[in-house]
Amino acid sequence: MKSSLIILVCFAAGVLTGWLVPLPRSRELDDYTLYLLCALLLFVGISVGGDPHFWQSVRQRDNLHMALLPLLVVLGTLFGVAVVSLLLPALPLRDALAVGAGFGYYSLSSVLLTQMRGETLGVIALLANLMREVATLVLAPLLVRFFGKLAPIASGGATAMDSTLPIIVRFSGKEYSIVALFSGIVLTAAVPFLILIILAV
Amino acid sequence: MWIIVLFFAAGILLGRLLRTHASLIRLADQLAMVSILFLLFVLGLSVGLNREALAHFGTLGLQAAMLTAGAIAGSVAAVQLLSLSSRRKR
Repeated sequence: MKSSLIILVCFAAGVLTGWLVPLPRSRELDDYTLYLLCALLLFVGISVGGDPHFWQSVRQRDNLHMALLPLLVVLGTLFGVAVVSLLLPALPLRDALAVGAGFGYYSLSSVLLTQMRGETLGVIALLANLMREVATLVLAPLLVRFFGKLAPIASGGATAMDSTLPIIVRFSGKEYSIVALFSGIVLTAAVPFLILIILAV
Repeated sequence: MWIIVLFFAAGILLGRLLRTHASLIRLADQLAMVSILFLLFVLGLSVGLNREALAHFGTLGLQAAMLTAGAIAGSVAAVQLLSLSSRRKR
């Protein structure tokens, strides 16, 4: 939660600076952010690939349920945002799916979508995926009560491996921490791939 | 844009090779955080410069909230299939 705050402060500081200081918009800045984005993805990749839990979850064959969980979260999320996009004529289906494919990983999905689709979708991705994390933290007890112990893991999406893990452990129980970790790691790794596939199709 | 995913895939492989070097993995984590902070500052900057985006911030927030509701409802509903099937097994 501490890092979410720093992230939001950085974004807000940018908004304020842009609002107060009339900087010229330069194309060079866009080029540099693409280089930095590539570097960022390399670092995130190293951190995912360097996590022993990630390779354990890739090798998970004995427990089919565990392997199915992130897949169902992907399908359910994309179906849910597709239904919502029917109510939002201003938002094309593809953009809605791309925002949903952030699975709560708001920092990465927002900078990716800013680069690929512009700042409007970047802001929607930031807000929507941040809300997914916050809603999971707030609703976890209700989700467990009405929809079972897997519900907050599904709702948490990619954040089930870090920021929402403590709350999941608290309300679903310690025995669900490994499942949550696996699902979160697999979804985290899936975010860049899925966003690219959705925007490329 | 596929170049971005290539970097990500290369990172995962590199991470696997480096996975016994905890300090390097932690360094990558910290570098990722610093680049994210910078990129979000730049995103904020372009939003702040874009008066139109600022004026529509409320609309964007509403769209985001609806997408979040759909994403959570859809994913929670989907994993019900797992709970149902495991209950039947017992």
